Amino acid sequence: MRDTLRFMTCGSVDDGKSTLIGRLLWESKQVFEDQLSALAKDSLRHGTQGDAIDLALLLDGLQAEREQSITIDVAYRFFSTPRRHFMVADTPGHEQYTRNMATGASTSELAVLVVNARKGLLTQTHRHARIVSMLGIRHLVMAINKMDLVDWDEAVVLQIADEFQPLVSALGFESFQAIPVSALRGDNVTERSSASRWYTGPSLLGYLEKIDVTRGATDVAFRMAVQLVNRPTQDFRGYCGRVARGTVSVGDRVQVMPGGMETRVRSIVIGQAEQCKASDGESITICLEDEIDITRGDLIASASDPAGLSDQFEARVLCLSQQHLVAGRSYLFHLHTCYAVAIITAIKYQVDVKLGTRLAARYLDLNEIGVVNLSLDRLVPFEPFDRCRRLGSFILVDRLSNQTVAGGMIDFALRRAANIRWQAMDINKEVRSRQKLQKPVCIWFTGLSGAGKSTIANLLEKRLFAAGRHTYVLDGDNIRHGLNRDLGFSEADRVENIRRVTEVSKLLVDAGIVVIVSFISPYRAEREIARSRFEPQEFLEIFVDTPLEECERRDPKGLYAKARRGELVNFTGIDSKYEVPEAPDVRLETVVLSAEECVDRILLALDPRSVFHTIDN
Amino acid sequence: MTSYPRSLESESIEIIRETIALANKPVMMYSIGKDSSVMLHLARKAFWPAVPPIPLLHIDTTWKFRDMIVFRDRISAETGMKLLVHTNQQRLAEGVSPFTCDSERYTAMMKTEALKQALDAWGFDIIMGGARRDEEKSRAKERIFSFRSAGHRWDPKLQRPELWNLYNARIQPGETIRVFPLSNWTEPDIWQYIAEEMIPVVPLYFAAARPVVRRSGQWIMVDDNRFPLNPGETPEMRVVRFRTLGCYPLSAAIESTATTVSEIVRETQSARTSERQGRLIDYDQVASMERKKEEGYF
Repeated sequence: MRDTLRFMTCGSVDDGKSTLIGRLLWESKQVFEDQLSALAKDSLRHGTQGDAIDLALLLDGLQAEREQSITIDVAYRFFSTPRRHFMVADTPGHEQYTRNMATGASTSELAVLVVNARKGLLTQTHRHARIVSMLGIRHLVMAINKMDLVDWDEAVVLQIADEFQPLVSALGFESFQAIPVSALRGDNVTERSSASRWYTGPSLLGYLEKIDVTRGATDVAFRMAVQLVNRPTQDFRGYCGRVARGTVSVGDRVQVMPGGMETRVRSIVIGQAEQCKASDGESITICLEDEIDITRGDLIASASDPAGLSDQFEARVLCLSQQHLVAGRSYLFHLHTCYAVAIITAIKYQVDVKLGTRLAARYLDLNEIGVVNLSLDRLVPFEPFDRCRRLGSFILVDRLSNQTVAGGMIDFALRRAANIRWQAMDINKEVRSRQKLQKPVCIWFTGLSGAGKSTIANLLEKRLFAAGRHTYVLDGDNIRHGLNRDLGFSEADRVENIRRVTEVSKLLVDAGIVVIVSFISPYRAEREIARSRFEPQEFLEIFVDTPLEECERRDPKGLYAKARRGELVNFTGIDSKYEVPEAPDVRLETVVLSAEECVDRILLALDPRSVFHTIDN
Repeated sequence: MTSYPRSLESESIEIIRETIALANKPVMMYSIGKDSSVMLHLARKAFWPAVPPIPLLHIDTTWKFRDMIVFRDRISAETGMKLLVHTNQQRLAEGVSPFTCDSERYTAMMKTEALKQALDAWGFDIIMGGARRDEEKSRAKERIFSFRSAGHRWDPKLQRPELWNLYNARIQPGETIRVFPLSNWTEPDIWQYIAEEMIPVVPLYFAAARPVVRRSGQWIMVDDNRFPLNPGETPEMRVVRFRTLGCYPLSAAIESTATTVSEIVRETQSARTSERQGRLIDYDQVASMERKKEEGYF
């Protein structure tokens, strides 16, 4: 039975990746006659080869790609030889489309890194080698292309291979082969060419037909993440999933994670057939001896050798979005079949794609690679990525835009989670609140500079104080004189600014106090995190809605004038964005309301939360 | 692991199960063809002994082969799955047919427009389809979970990165996702799997003597008396079969003697033309499929 190799091509733009795949398809006779006549038509219209057929057009399937003679998105093509089936992902070389290249790499077993013999190794060559290695590809072929343009000079090949060798060892590829080719003319693509008598290795296709990419260790402990629970009748309760690692047999003892309950496998079902055993990669349904509460996201693992369980990780991430990855921001974390809310607690460093050195970074930009610490809101079962791709790979999704903003690989769990426990105190929030005869709450003001936040906050505190409430105001400017004096006004610093104030507010609420926060807090994401740190009744978002022109007209501190003169950068509303709250608890239009009226509105909103009512025993 | 279709089977079952787990209101497109038959079979395997918790949706142009409709009704009865059928009644009343307007406009109205009407009316958020990457070059560019903006539009430049087996199905109201569980299957894989699993398919895939006429170098079957014959044209009986099935006036037959699945497997492995060659709608304009997909076609 022929097996299938899933591989990809990568490398810099214009190195001839699509032409190389086109040549492989062509020579393995996978181009149908009707596609051939379409190709001939396309070649005349968009081709780069004069009257001759442009094989790259077999791959570049989008109109925009053919018009610009570039690859934008990954194309998947299929071909077979008598020895093997192949599925090849042809990925784009432009740096701006790296996320599409990563998409193709994540499901491939081998990468063909194409290098232009005339240009040698480029930054993009290094970047791609690093990304494919990071995404778990263990086998690398370097196709040194356009050899016809350097007269098949052996020295060119030796020099490129020599220069690249240190990276092969550093990135830990299990196999590496450099092959000189001409995709355009077909030399060394499917057959060894007489143009390179000095080259004694295999042709590209010859190599791809023989390379063994099966993973060494087969004797590993069983794991399967539960995708869904199948319970059509009272008599049947099955757990559906795909075996991530190892083998499972009927009668095996298993542990359900994170719950920790143990039981035995009663049966393994797929379709109408029952089987006594299932291994790595099989989609199955497992029935267990005991009735246990299991849901999607749980892991069924060998009882004698269960998986890891943690809520704190160190991980490598690849940023896939123009939105920076910033420490302190929270994301939806998707690992195998489970979800959590994750906060990047620290960006440890960025990896220089060319040299592999560590760079200090406050954030990660599109296509940048870094190592980060993640803190989750719950424990999740996992394996380090290097031990199991399926249980160690995750994506981060922006909670507002729903975009996939990063791909990540778990390196290890941080010990912190296991060792730091909440210290339970006898005097708690409720006891303290009762003593003060008030319910603590965080009243969070957001709005542009000069909108009137501090004025209203001040008035609100006076009214609450007069009514006998214990209050405290956290004011943006004041806090920046002390706790946050080390922070500036960049996006990363603003995120950290809000994170600290959120934590301080939480402590004060825990102390039983009515906290009034008066901060510009320009980003929706951070305000959402702030809200999520409190009980639903404990947080009130107040949008002080004053138009920019009005704030600028008032300009109580002269800051707008300074910003307009260019003396102040990153000023909210001028050269730094303010994201308007979509659903604030209270919206105050200061153009039509007086400060006193604004306070009335807030007190009205507070009333149902019974800040003013004493707590019954 | 036995054969290659086994690992494809596991991959597709995983995708189908993810779809059901992530969707609020999923639906499976059922076009009655061989790919739909395989997808349906995989869904049944994925949820056995339960009936797959998902309805089937057929967009009926009223011009499908008669054998297809017979087969459709039989299969939906056998599986116990709910079958939804939608026809663009407004266009039908206006007299739109493959003979009254060109294939491009016909497809836009009776298939794409009809599909969007159905999806909007029932409010489906994740829609599974049997399209494969090996069929056509813009389909070769598809994600497994393919994002559609409001109005069902496909923007190939705005597709989400899709890493490993982690599918991001989070959407805003109005947006939808098309899921292609058979993305990585090829035509020979489909037939080999049909043979191994003994999956029933429409008899039109097997060679038999059928009434056909020659139109633009292709054999078109005269399936009923709505077919307007040219003056002096009479259908002749030829031994033909179909590699793909759609609306009968727009699906060309091939001359073939393959009457069993194993003969078809042998034939597809030595085929010199692609299966979509018989789909007349693929050739009606430059970058034809890409444009149709952008507008919402499957």
